Amino acid sequence: MGWFFLGIVGAILAWLTVSYGLGRPPRHGIRWAGAALGALWAVTAVVFVIRFTHGMGGMTHMTDANPWGVWVGLLQAGVALSGGGFVMAATVHIFHIKRFESILRPVVLLAFLGYNFVGMTLFIEVGRPYNLWHPWAMWQHRSIMFEVAWCVTLYLTVLSIEFAPVVLERFEMNRAIKALHRVAIPIVIVGVILSTLHQSSMGSMFLIMPQKIHPLWFSTLLPVFFLLSSVAVGLCMTIVASLYSARLFNKTLNHWLLADLGRAASLVLFLYGAIKMVDVSARGAWASLLTPPWLGVLFLLEMGAGVFLPAVLLSRHSIRKRPFRLGMACLPVLGGVVLNRLTVSWFSMVPYTGPNYVPHWMEIAVSATMLTVLMTVFGLAVRFLPVYPIKADGAS
Amino acid sequence: MSEGISRRNLFKGALVAVASTVLPRSMAKAEGLASRGDVFAVLVDLTRCIGCRSCMRGCQRANDLNAPQELMDMDHLSSRIEPTYNLWTTVNVEGGASSPPRHVKRQCMHCLEPACVSVCPVAALHQTEQGPVIYRESRCIGCRYCMVACPFDVPRFEWNNGLTPVIGKCQFCAQQRLFKGLPPGCVESCPTGALKFGKRDDLLFEAKARLRSRPDVYVDHIFGEDEVGGTTWLYLSDVPFDQLGFKKNLSQRPLPSFTWDVVSWIPGIAAVLASLFGVLAFSLSTKSDQGKGDKHP
Repeated sequence: MGWFFLGIVGAILAWLTVSYGLGRPPRHGIRWAGAALGALWAVTAVVFVIRFTHGMGGMTHMTDANPWGVWVGLLQAGVALSGGGFVMAATVHIFHIKRFESILRPVVLLAFLGYNFVGMTLFIEVGRPYNLWHPWAMWQHRSIMFEVAWCVTLYLTVLSIEFAPVVLERFEMNRAIKALHRVAIPIVIVGVILSTLHQSSMGSMFLIMPQKIHPLWFSTLLPVFFLLSSVAVGLCMTIVASLYSARLFNKTLNHWLLADLGRAASLVLFLYGAIKMVDVSARGAWASLLTPPWLGVLFLLEMGAGVFLPAVLLSRHSIRKRPFRLGMACLPVLGGVVLNRLTVSWFSMVPYTGPNYVPHWMEIAVSATMLTVLMTVFGLAVRFLPVYPIKADGAS
Repeated sequence: MSEGISRRNLFKGALVAVASTVLPRSMAKAEGLASRGDVFAVLVDLTRCIGCRSCMRGCQRANDLNAPQELMDMDHLSSRIEPTYNLWTTVNVEGGASSPPRHVKRQCMHCLEPACVSVCPVAALHQTEQGPVIYRESRCIGCRYCMVACPFDVPRFEWNNGLTPVIGKCQFCAQQRLFKGLPPGCVESCPTGALKFGKRDDLLFEAKARLRSRPDVYVDHIFGEDEVGGTTWLYLSDVPFDQLGFKKNLSQRPLPSFTWDVVSWIPGIAAVLASLFGVLAFSLSTKSDQGKGDKHP
């Protein structure tokens, strides 16, 4: 029943996403979207009630044998996909490649919302969300989770400061904007450092379980892999989101900016793939492709379709010069990173835990709700705030 | 004497803190009790266990737990019992396929360098000076990192509690009994001497003596002596451990050190990045930005 419901809602939303993306909005598209989202959010409201009355046992399939479910992987993916925020902020404000400034705002907004996805998921995912402030008061500096908690909350603050000028501009609070402008560069630097640290720490989190994670994925280089892949996917996410929202909101866009990002993404992907290959060889882990074979297939899929294929495609000028091709070449990177995060936190441990966890449909409903709420917020922000500085007249 | 030690520890701690930012990582080691032999320990001799499950009942009594009573009956030995948040120790029949079956008691191993303690972001899991690893409910966020990190899959979660779920694991009866000079509840309830309570060095000595005196009976291995850097619960058996469901291929290296290798780099990395980005941002900005920087709407 639940899966059936999610399937219908998902199909409607996917259909709308694609048709709007292709520039052929269907009749009553807004109404369809409203109906699907309304139904999804209403159902999830009930799921929340179950979560806090009956516990996670009532609406997830997590057990003592599988204490981390799909939420942790999605949360990890959310952090990685928000990597565009720090990559682009560093490009513009630290390396002073100023021509990218025109696409910085939507990217920062996207990152801000991505981290909100992480925060909202945590609110449901941890057993005692009202204690989420504890890492601030009860220090345990040897814990990676402690460091991640600090970095993520601080970075969320940084992102809201980085985005604040957009809101302030809307209400024409010029003095505040000036004040923010003065601290902009230090704030950006802090943000980039925090991101570098916690993007890699998301990988370090798994270093404590060498015996549980499949050898194709467990490596002491996990922090490096997580950082590099977040840079690559951050670039690709920037491209895809810029292309899509430009189409959706009829904004003009300098395509060569995105094409350049695509070339950078290609380089990072090649670097990531190369280190990964060397790492697997150095640890002698290639034989593990067969134990079990389905994980080997997953690995080849992740590396082939998610890393090397887009790396090759994006290295070609003929692909990069057309918006549609560029976007399509970036999509598998997004999929590959989501797959990678789910694999490290879930699939790669199946040989250890046994195949006894499949998410409850309510787990997916919760994540889908958070995702759609934040996408709606993105849409509203673009509509009512000067997110795209080229057309600064915004709402009026 | 004790003051001297604590002062020395303080000094050592400060040194580690400084070293972790300045010196190469090999110099800075995660602290732990690995080198100390006087921590509380229990020796479990599987050859002496008759599977009466008295220890399970003793555990429930000592810690005011409320797991269903019938689970603790001997006639339920045929069905397997998994530990839960309120059932901290179990005795099950293990092996039997390629080896004779044995009754195996399980509980937290109370590692010398516990992974759960090192991963907990709020120190809800805490290693006491005397060795027992305890859980402090009021600090817990419920992130369940301890469960994922534990090499023995010990911590359990209260899945059906919406607002105040707890992590459940053997506390070694630390506050209830040990610190009052009493042995753990399970050890006190054991009628056969399969469980022996003492200091780790003494029990290791005892275990080795038993191995030497009956080499024909025992497997020549003390489980817990070196596993994951050593545990305070030690096992002797006459059947190979891996056939009784004990984890094999456990690293002898303490698990927290895998993470500490990275954590200890963090202050240094942050400092390097800060100066690098600072220099870059300001040196580049004076060259290229003047006069047009502020004009972006």
